[in-house]
Amino acid sequence: MKFSRRELLITAAKGALITALPMGAIKFLEPKEVMAEIKGPGKVRWAFLVDTYKCVGCGLCVKACKNENEVPYDTPVTRTWVERYIIKKDGEMLADSPMGARDGFTENKIRETAVDPKDIAKAFFVPKLCNQCDTPPCVQVCPVGATYQTTDGVVLIDRSWCIGCGYCIMACPYGVRFFHPVHKVTEKCNFCYHRITKGLNTACVDACPFGARMIGNLKDPNDPVTKIVLTERVGVLKSEYGTKPQVYYLGLDENVR
Amino acid sequence: MKSHVWRPLWIVLGLVGLILLLRPLIVPSDFGTGERGFMYGYHRKGNEEDWKAIKVKYRSKEYCKDCHQEKYDSNMSSKHSIIQCENCHGPAVDHPENPEKLVIDKSRALCIRCHAYLPYEQSDRSKIKGINPAEHNPDMECSMCHDPHKPNLGG
Amino acid sequence: MTAETAQNAEMVVHGLEWTVKELFTYPNEFIYWTIQIVMYPFLTGLVAGAFVLSSLYHVFGQDDLKDIAKFSLLFSFALLLVAPMPLLFHLQQAQRNWEVMLTPHFTSAIAAFGMVFSVYMAIVASEIWFVHRKFFVEQVNDLRNKEGIGNAILRIIYSVLTLGAHDISDAALHKDERAVKMLAGIGIPVACFLHGYAGFIFGSVKANALWMTPLMPVIFIMSAIVSGIALCLLTFVLIMEWQKWQISRHGRRHWQMSADEVKGAEIDMVKKVSKYLIGFLVAAITLELLDLIFRGYTAVKSWDILRSVIYGKDFVNIFILQYTVGNLVPFILLLLPGLTVKRAVLSTLLVLFGVFMMRWNVVIGGQAFSLTFAGYMHYHLPIIPHNLETFKEGLFGALLMGGLPFFFFWIFNKVIPSLKYK
Repeated sequence: MKFSRRELLITAAKGALITALPMGAIKFLEPKEVMAEIKGPGKVRWAFLVDTYKCVGCGLCVKACKNENEVPYDTPVTRTWVERYIIKKDGEMLADSPMGARDGFTENKIRETAVDPKDIAKAFFVPKLCNQCDTPPCVQVCPVGATYQTTDGVVLIDRSWCIGCGYCIMACPYGVRFFHPVHKVTEKCNFCYHRITKGLNTACVDACPFGARMIGNLKDPNDPVTKIVLTERVGVLKSEYGTKPQVYYLGLDENVR
Repeated sequence: MKSHVWRPLWIVLGLVGLILLLRPLIVPSDFGTGERGFMYGYHRKGNEEDWKAIKVKYRSKEYCKDCHQEKYDSNMSSKHSIIQCENCHGPAVDHPENPEKLVIDKSRALCIRCHAYLPYEQSDRSKIKGINPAEHNPDMECSMCHDPHKPNLGG
Repeated sequence: MTAETAQNAEMVVHGLEWTVKELFTYPNEFIYWTIQIVMYPFLTGLVAGAFVLSSLYHVFGQDDLKDIAKFSLLFSFALLLVAPMPLLFHLQQAQRNWEVMLTPHFTSAIAAFGMVFSVYMAIVASEIWFVHRKFFVEQVNDLRNKEGIGNAILRIIYSVLTLGAHDISDAALHKDERAVKMLAGIGIPVACFLHGYAGFIFGSVKANALWMTPLMPVIFIMSAIVSGIALCLLTFVLIMEWQKWQISRHGRRHWQMSADEVKGAEIDMVKKVSKYLIGFLVAAITLELLDLIFRGYTAVKSWDILRSVIYGKDFVNIFILQYTVGNLVPFILLLLPGLTVKRAVLSTLLVLFGVFMMRWNVVIGGQAFSLTFAGYMHYHLPIIPHNLETFKEGLFGALLMGGLPFFFFWIFNKVIPSLKYK
C-alpha cells in the first residue's frame, strides 16, 4: 500500500485529531460535564444523597413512604428505613431498626436493653433505601424480565409480570426487596417514580424536616446533589459487590452495614 | 431422514414451534429489550407508564398554603417551619374533595419522634430540645401547652 | 376503612410466619427460600443421579447394571416430572410460571434452567421411547385379539406411544439401540449441566456469602449423583424384596425368576452399585471440605459470621447430621467387608438423608445470617398447616413432593413395566 504525501498528511491529521479528542474533552469540559457524558446518553440519571449528620431518627420519612406507596402500615416490611448505630467505647457495635423506624427512635434502648450514655463513643442514624445500582444484580437474575432499569436509572418491578420466585430478593446485597403483603409480588423503593417523573421530590425527601435526604439528577451539572457528589467526600454502601450503587452518603461510618 | 428414529425429534420441534406460535398471542407486544440492553432493560415498556400513573398522595406545604394561609404564615415564622403540614395532618391526596377532612395526629408519640432526648452527640438529634417522655408531664398531650404550629411557649 | 380491614385480613408478610430474627437484621429480611427450595435441588439431584446410573449401562456397557438401568431410567423420568413442582409451590404467582418459557431472561440462571430442563426432559422421554418401543408394538399386537374396554383403552395408549413406528425388524431395533446409546451419551453431560445449573443458581448469588463459590455447581453435581444412585439402589432393593415376597406367596409367574435368582442378582447389583456410590461420595465430600477450608483460610469479611453459623448455630446440622450421620457412617458401612443387602439399605437411607441435609444447610443455612453480618435468622418449619402458605412451604408440602415421584413411577410402571425380566 502506497500513500501519497497528501493522503499521509490527512491521515496523520485525522489520527492526531482522534487522539487529541479525549484530551480536549477533559480540557474544555467541566469535570461534572465529563461525568455526565460518561454516564451514558439521556438527560436524566436519578441519584440520592443522604446526609447522615442531619438525620435525627424521627422516622417521618418511613411513615410518609409507607403511606405514599401503599405498603401496609402495620407490617415490618418497608421500602425505606432508618438504622441506629451505637458504637461503644470498648468498640462494640450495636444497631437496630425496629419496624424500620416507622415510629422513630424515642428511647435509648436497643432490643429492650438500655445503653449507658457514658459508654457511648458515637451514635448516629443512617437512612436506607434502594440504591438504584448502575449494575443491579436483582435485575440480572430476574428469570422473566419483570424487573428492569429505566433509562433514567431507576429499577422498577412489573407487578403484572412478576412470578414471585424471590431470586431478586436473594440477589440484592442491601436487603431492600420484599414481597408486597397485598400484591404478592416483589416490591422495593423506586425513588417514588410517580413523583420524580412529575417534577416532585420523593415522599421521604419532602417529609424529612432536616434535609437529610435529597434526590437529584447526576446528569445535570447544576443539580445540588450532583455538586455535592462531585465535590465532597461521599461514600456508597457495599461497593465490593460491584453493584455501583447510586445512593451517596455524607458522613458514612465504617460500621454501617 | 424417513427413519422412525427421528420421530421424537419431530415431536420436540413441533412443541417448540407451538410455543413460538403462541408467544405473540400471549406476550404483550411492547415486551422487549429496552435502551439498557438485555441484561438490565428486558421488560414490558407499558409498565413504566403504569408506575408514572400512580396517584400522588403527599402534596407538600405549597398545596396547603392557598386555603390555609393564616396557619401557613404562623407556622412559617416558627422553628417548626421545616416540618411538612402532612407529617401531622396526614396526606392531603385530593383534599378538600377526597378526603373531606384530614385526620390530625396530635399524639405524644408523634412529638417525641424528635423531642425524646437521646444522648447521641455525634448526630443532630442531640441539638434538638429534648425531654424524657417518661418524666415530662407523661399524662398530658403536648399540644395542651405547646402550639404545634408555633411551639415556643408564649412565643 | 372497611375495605382496608378486609385487605388486612388477607395480608401475609411472606416469611414472617417462620422466621425468627436475632440481633441486627434489615427490616425486609426473612427466610424467603424455604423447604421447597431444599426439595428442589434434592429432587433435581435425584433425577441427575438416576440418569447417570442408567447411563453406566447404556453408554459404558456395564452389563451387570442392566436391570437397574432400565428401572432407574423410568424412575428418573418420574422424578423429572416432579423436580420443577417445588418451584411452582414456592412461587408467589405460580399461575404465571409459563413466562419462564415465553419471555426468558437468559442472564438469570433460573430462566436458562427452564430451557435446560426441557431439553433434558425431551432426551429422557426419547430414550425411554427407544428402550420400550418394541414392547409398545408387541402390546398393540397382543391386545388386538383381546376384548373388553380396559384392553381397548390400553391398546389406544400403546398405539399412541408407538408414535406410529411399528417396524420391529432386527434392523429397526438395532437403530433403536444406537439411538439409546447416543441419547444416554448426550444425556450425561446434560444431566450434569442441569444439576450444575441448580448449583449455579445458588453459587452465582454474590450477595450471599455462603452460596457464592464457583465450586457450588460441581459440589451439587457430585452430591446429586450420590443421592440419585442411593435412591435408585434403595428403591430397586425394596422392589426386589417385594417381588421375592410375592413369589413366595403366589408362586412364580412365567416372566419371573425364582426367589433365589432374585436374591443372587440383588446382592451382585448392590455390591457393584455401592462401589460407584462410594466413589462419588468421596468426590463430593472432598469438594465440600475444600470449600470449607478455603473459606476459613482466606477469611474474607464474611468469614466471622459464616464461622459463627457453621461452627456454632448450624454445627449439629452440618457436622453431626450431614457429615457424620449422612456421610461418614454410610461410608464406613459400605466399605466394611461382607456387604449385605440390609446394610446397603441402611447406608443408602443415611446417604439420602445426608444429601438432603446438605441441601438444607446450603439453602436454609445460607439465609441463617443477615446481610448486615451482625444478626441471624432462624427458620421454623411449619408443621401443621393453617393456611395455604403454611401447607405449601411446610412439612406436608415437602412430603407431598417427596411422595409424588413414587406415585408417578407407580402409574408409569402400569404402562411401561420397567421391572420385568426375561
